[in-house]
Amino acid sequence: MSKIQVTTSVNGEEVEFLCEAQQTLLDVLRETLGRTGTKEGCATGDCGACSVLVDDRLICACLMLAVEAGGHEITTIEGIATDEGLHPIQQKFLEHAALQCGICTPGLIVATKSLLDRHPNPDETTIRYWLAGNLCRCTGYDKIVRAVQDVARDLAHPA
Amino acid sequence: MAEAVDFKVIGTSPVRPDGVDKVTGRAQYGADLNLPNMIYGRVLRSPHAHARIKRVDTSKARAIPGVYAVVSGADFPQAQHGEIGGEGGGDISDLAKNIMARDKVLYHGHAVAAVAARSQQVAEQALAAIEVEYEVLKPVLDVLEAMQPEAPLLDDKLFTKNLPEKPEKPSNIAAVMQLARGNVDQGFEQADVIVEGEYRIPMAHQGYIEPHACIANTNEAGQSTVWCCTQGHFEFRAMTAKVLNMNVADLKFIASEIGGGFGGKTVVYLEPVAVLLSRKARRPVKMMMSREEVFRATGPTSGTVCRVKVGAKKDGTLTAAKAWLAYEAGAYAGAPMGPGAMSIFAPYALENFKVEAFDVLVNKPKVAAYRAPGAPQSMHAMECALDELARKLNMDPLDLRMKNAADEGTQAPYGPKFPVIGLKACLNAAKAHPNYTKALPEGAGRGVAVGFWFNVGMQSSAEVHINENGTVTVVEGNPDIGGSRASMCLMAAETLGVPYEQVRALIGDTESTGFSNVTGGSRTTFATGMAVVRACEDIIAQCRARAAATWGVDDDQVLWEDGQAIPAPGVNADVKPLTLADIAANAAKTGGPLLGRASLNAQGAGASFSVNIADVQVDRDTGKVDVLSFTAIQDAGRAIHKAYVEGQMQGGAAQGIGWALNEEYIFNADGVMENAGFLDYRMPVASDLPMIDTHIVEVPNPSHPYGVRGVGETPIVAPLAAMANAVRDAIGIRINDLPLSPPRVLAVLDA
Repeated sequence: MSKIQVTTSVNGEEVEFLCEAQQTLLDVLRETLGRTGTKEGCATGDCGACSVLVDDRLICACLMLAVEAGGHEITTIEGIATDEGLHPIQQKFLEHAALQCGICTPGLIVATKSLLDRHPNPDETTIRYWLAGNLCRCTGYDKIVRAVQDVARDLAHPA
Repeated sequence: MAEAVDFKVIGTSPVRPDGVDKVTGRAQYGADLNLPNMIYGRVLRSPHAHARIKRVDTSKARAIPGVYAVVSGADFPQAQHGEIGGEGGGDISDLAKNIMARDKVLYHGHAVAAVAARSQQVAEQALAAIEVEYEVLKPVLDVLEAMQPEAPLLDDKLFTKNLPEKPEKPSNIAAVMQLARGNVDQGFEQADVIVEGEYRIPMAHQGYIEPHACIANTNEAGQSTVWCCTQGHFEFRAMTAKVLNMNVADLKFIASEIGGGFGGKTVVYLEPVAVLLSRKARRPVKMMMSREEVFRATGPTSGTVCRVKVGAKKDGTLTAAKAWLAYEAGAYAGAPMGPGAMSIFAPYALENFKVEAFDVLVNKPKVAAYRAPGAPQSMHAMECALDELARKLNMDPLDLRMKNAADEGTQAPYGPKFPVIGLKACLNAAKAHPNYTKALPEGAGRGVAVGFWFNVGMQSSAEVHINENGTVTVVEGNPDIGGSRASMCLMAAETLGVPYEQVRALIGDTESTGFSNVTGGSRTTFATGMAVVRACEDIIAQCRARAAATWGVDDDQVLWEDGQAIPAPGVNADVKPLTLADIAANAAKTGGPLLGRASLNAQGAGASFSVNIADVQVDRDTGKVDVLSFTAIQDAGRAIHKAYVEGQMQGGAAQGIGWALNEEYIFNADGVMENAGFLDYRMPVASDLPMIDTHIVEVPNPSHPYGVRGVGETPIVAPLAAMANAVRDAIGIRINDLPLSPPRVLAVLDA
């Protein structure tokens, strides 16, 4: 079977790749493009470990075919920090000990970015429902929710 | 040293040293490494829960272009019998058959063959081309049915162990155990009130988010390097060597970062298969499980049937307790019935008790350790029974527990006398906690329960290197599953008297550091932490000697304070203190680089007790249970990294709440798990839970230099009964079985 050529953008860089029709965006990100920060926990869209942004929309990369990425802008965990350093979400996750094993962390950080881009000042319920698609088995979510609340507070009242 | 010390860094919550890599996607987990020339391995799994393998024909698979190797049971050596190390119980020869079936498949999903091919797609094609002929047998899925004499046998050579006489007939009951003291019948005669019940809990999974994954790279001399996610790379090396009849020296295991384990990554599944495939293919072989494979073919924890009977006098004094505990082992012996039996009555001073426990084979996946293996199930039964007892006695449930609480000097049901323990401190903290007395909303219910885990010590090694600028590198052998590098750095910084930021920790591979048992048993901060402290003390001794030589005084005339060598009081040495950096900078002139080391088999792990308070509301139309508030109180001995101790308590609470409310393996009559995915195996998500309040009690463990007990496992024990007792309080009806899922609760409400 011949492969399909796809041109897209990953974290602001133009990227070209060849893929098979049935390959998911997650497969290509991890195995073809070497962006292994995006994790596979289930490959059925139930755990959120592969959360990425496609044109600022939060999706599970395991549920999107790689060929569909053409012409879109993909943001993965590798694109969250900037030349200035860690994104405030990353910094607050560290300060609040909001990760233990860390496998769900990339997906949760991407999902949190999507949440705060839309709801800069979310209440606890909004945070919990927005992040309900991202399974974490280590923390019980308490410190994750607190980290997100802290980022939101800083966004509302910059130092 | 454990008491009345002003710590400088212990008990704080600094950012973990491996943190930035984990929030930026740099950290490499089991599936994140790719090697040049690498190919992919996949496993063919049994479509039957119980069958005899008549024939395996792999010839068509071998003929597919791009297929480099195919293996089945016949390609594996006959493994010797012997105990598996670590936290999970069992026999090496069973482990070997579990990772690749030989003459029988014993559960749906049991591995029967494996291939390595140039891509995952070709590997899948090759699996489809393997022909396996089965003689399908009747499966036995229920633990009580499996114990019946006429039940289908999984292994017709299995004779029950620990019976007074060797049995004449084989059985699915692999082993029995008994614990007893006093006279139970007399004890019950003295009781004013007796409570009795049977409590069933189905099989449940650890639910780590990272599926098992590895890469094996075997050379023509048979030497293999294996990179994998594991809770213990030294024990994975040992198991792989035994399964493949190899020399451990020919195996190098490198632990990747690990995406959760909770006990489930203490035994091998893929690694020996990958080594064998790589040997045949002469290429690196990467293997990754799907989520479905993780559910069907790794080790969940036992489904159980627990019967308990407790008697008490009117004042609440327990007079006798009796338990009968049946644990599903899955396909091979090794259910955690021992710890289940030893923990059920551990929190209480009991003169008369009897426990019988059974390790029972059923046609389900072989169980593995899951956080305090065995204790949540048995203690759920006891803690529910005590709740009923308190109701009958019209007594506060915490007061009933306090009345009977074990304390220093109480002889534990499993033998030794407790040294200083924190159960009463936890009960007092619970009684005084505002969450215990705050008003409940209309129709809500509150439940409490006690949790316990032994904690273990075992073997650990550590080295401490002082770099040329005085910074410190700690090398140890325990994969960091929840922030343990930070704890190691804190203990090293405290001991050496240097800032936390000056210390880094790394996890060595099996060739670069000394042996360490698994990250499990809540042992890492206790035992490996103790090794790190000893290695730092070795450094301090060397620094004192070098300062003494520099100053021309005796070693014992030099003290180590606040990270520097100073002359002892009264020593007539007009010298400037020497910092660690000073000594390191001058190391070449005083004897060479500073390297401290320690290895030990840690004794005196301190038992950890907990008390949980749960508030719930039950929707009477749907049967859904909402958690309004949850409070976890636990004796940590000493919290080294406070936030990560709280994190263990909160994470264990969430797992326990999930187990209590929704999580269960659902099998059909053929033994096929019907909910092998995260959509239907319903673990708690963020919107299911409230904030989880924590209260750390610190009753230092005298056996650890800083008082550590170990905190990882106890947190999952109490939530099961705390939740069940809260639901009982809310609806006025006791539901004995878990999970308290909407259908079960609704059926009771509608009855």
